[in-house]
Amino acid sequence: MRGGLSKTLALVGAAGLLAVSACGNSDNSSGDSNSSANKDVTVFTWWADGGEKAGLDGLVSVFNTECKDYKFVNSAVAGGAGANAKQVLANDLQAGKPPSTFQAHAGAELKDYINAGQVDDVSQLYKDFGLDKAFPQNLLDNLTVDGKIYSIPANIHRANVVWANPTVLKKANIDATKAPASVDAWIADLNKLKAAGVKAPLGLSKGFAQEMLVEAVLLAELGPEKFTGLWDGKTDWAGGDVTAALNKYKTLLTFSNSDREAIDWADALGYVNKGQAGYTLMGDWVAAQQLADKVPDTAYTYWPAPGTAGNFQFLADSFTLPTNGQNPDGAKCWLKVTGSADGQKAFNTKKGSIPARSDANPADYPKYQQSAMADWKQDKIVPSCAHGAACTAGQNNDILSALSQFSGSPDVAKLQTALGNAMKTS
Amino acid sequence: MHGRIRTWGPGALVLLPTVLLLGYFVYGLIAWTFNTSLTDRHTARRGGSVDYVGFENYTNLFHEDRFLNSLKNLGVLTVLFIVGTLVFGLIWALLLEKGVSGEGVFRSIFLFPMAISMIASGVVWGWLLNPSQGDDARGLNRLFELLQLHFLENAWWTAGSRWTTMAAIALPAVWQLSGYIMALFLAGFRGIPPELREAARVDGASEFKLYRHVLFPQLSPIALSALIILGHMSLKLFDLIYAITGPNQFRTEVPSILMWNTLLRGDQAKAAAIAIVMLAVVAVLVIPYVAYTVRQESNE
Repeated sequence: MRGGLSKTLALVGAAGLLAVSACGNSDNSSGDSNSSANKDVTVFTWWADGGEKAGLDGLVSVFNTECKDYKFVNSAVAGGAGANAKQVLANDLQAGKPPSTFQAHAGAELKDYINAGQVDDVSQLYKDFGLDKAFPQNLLDNLTVDGKIYSIPANIHRANVVWANPTVLKKANIDATKAPASVDAWIADLNKLKAAGVKAPLGLSKGFAQEMLVEAVLLAELGPEKFTGLWDGKTDWAGGDVTAALNKYKTLLTFSNSDREAIDWADALGYVNKGQAGYTLMGDWVAAQQLADKVPDTAYTYWPAPGTAGNFQFLADSFTLPTNGQNPDGAKCWLKVTGSADGQKAFNTKKGSIPARSDANPADYPKYQQSAMADWKQDKIVPSCAHGAACTAGQNNDILSALSQFSGSPDVAKLQTALGNAMKTS
Repeated sequence: MHGRIRTWGPGALVLLPTVLLLGYFVYGLIAWTFNTSLTDRHTARRGGSVDYVGFENYTNLFHEDRFLNSLKNLGVLTVLFIVGTLVFGLIWALLLEKGVSGEGVFRSIFLFPMAISMIASGVVWGWLLNPSQGDDARGLNRLFELLQLHFLENAWWTAGSRWTTMAAIALPAVWQLSGYIMALFLAGFRGIPPELREAARVDGASEFKLYRHVLFPQLSPIALSALIILGHMSLKLFDLIYAITGPNQFRTEVPSILMWNTLLRGDQAKAAAIAIVMLAVVAVLVIPYVAYTVRQESNE
């Protein structure tokens, strides 16, 4: 027994020594890889499967021909909207070991990285690559933070899109081809659907889907200038027009499914496809999802969220140049490919988004993207908070918390205060 | 001199790695976290100047609705979780202790949930606790619907008061750990010498009195350990809630999830302050227990 105990203790001690020596080893090996592999360009994304992975592969194939001197190293972390990836990235950045380049939503969400001194200004690259001419001015304005741009967008998605099931809408004799002119008209249609026996005519899911719906209502009720002002501090959150809009959002919630806090956007879309709901509001990645699920074109229609026609609420995935990142020259080559016409085409035709460049040829793209590209050229471009174009991760976090509280116990005054407070923090 | 080293030297040598590792990775990092919580390091920026702001982060926390909400949620959850687990654990232990055929089978069935990782059971419970009711019901509500038990259908954690919300969260936790508490109590019952029961029966004690006055008092040390184990598990609960409700869910947020959210947005000082508050809450529970155990042992 005594022998057994001391043996155990010796083992524990040995394990401790091993742990310490293991730490030493890993330091050595990472030092080696730094010196030997300066051709590697580690690209950090959360595009690990589906259309996103296909898009990334497209980008890589262009990179391999354009940047022959460098080698692409995939550093993707799976998980929807980067939930896991952002945690891993935060750890790497905190440890001072940034990848060569990493994916981030373009716009205000980058502020966290900018404030933390983790990304470099790439304004000069815009001039070098001619992107200041190729991207619409409206987009450049939305990307600029304090006179500088910190990332290069690979794609554009539209947030303010409503997807509808014409078969369901027919039950209440609603014309599915045309969007209701305003939020009020939409509510009237939702009432008709409810009267026609559709119990929850508006498919809604948890988290950012609710945030997107609030934003669409605010955009419709306030108009693009005042809406954009909500995010840059020029519009007062305490205003009466905001109260009125939030009351309409409250009404919209009553038409939605009661399990909205428990399901994801793909489930809400499923309700529409199955005919349980008439509408769902979600970004245009739905188009790629419908293609993947083999839902025929005729089974659904889409239009800008009611009252927001003529406005293109955008979000963009973009790539950054991390401060003190590995192999900055290789990273710049990656950024060049990301912004180039070939790169954007290879990426977007597969991912189901549209290119940020205005010189792309619509004929290269599927049906939905063609209409989105036409809108992108002529519409007013407004940012989306839910996807990082208009707010920081922290603000977004507070807004999501307030909306989840509202979903359970709707109190408009409380929500309005919480939204205002969220935008006061950074 | 040489002789003395020989007596305590090997012991100290063997303990040294543990002392060093614990000292650095546990106590050192607690001190580091506490230190961070006193600063204005509100970004993830490396280096740079950092000022000490005293207990400002803590006073801010206790004026913040979101944090107070998470603390209240945690309090309610802890009460429901401990009571639920102790009650079910004790009932199951009593049933098995009374002697049933196939005890091994039942014991395994009750213990199995503990073998599942919380994140996995959380995902499944997330599906089971679907708030849809009536014809659209899914998960447990669907089961109630099929069994015509309509009155049992409810919105689970998505609506209602703090108590009903947290009860829905406590349900999976109780399910998961009751078996463990049952095993503790069962071991306790088995550890009671049969002479005591026989003596009580000879003296004419009824079955109820036997349990009330002879057996249960013998279980109190086990009940206390169970209370401490459950209490500190509940205070640290994260994965189960995160898997069921996702992040940023105000209704079910507890300090551990709020800390995760805070850290993810780079506010290191505030996250550290939340961590220290959590540590303090656990310490309030654990330190008296440790002191009590040490005193007991030194008395023996």
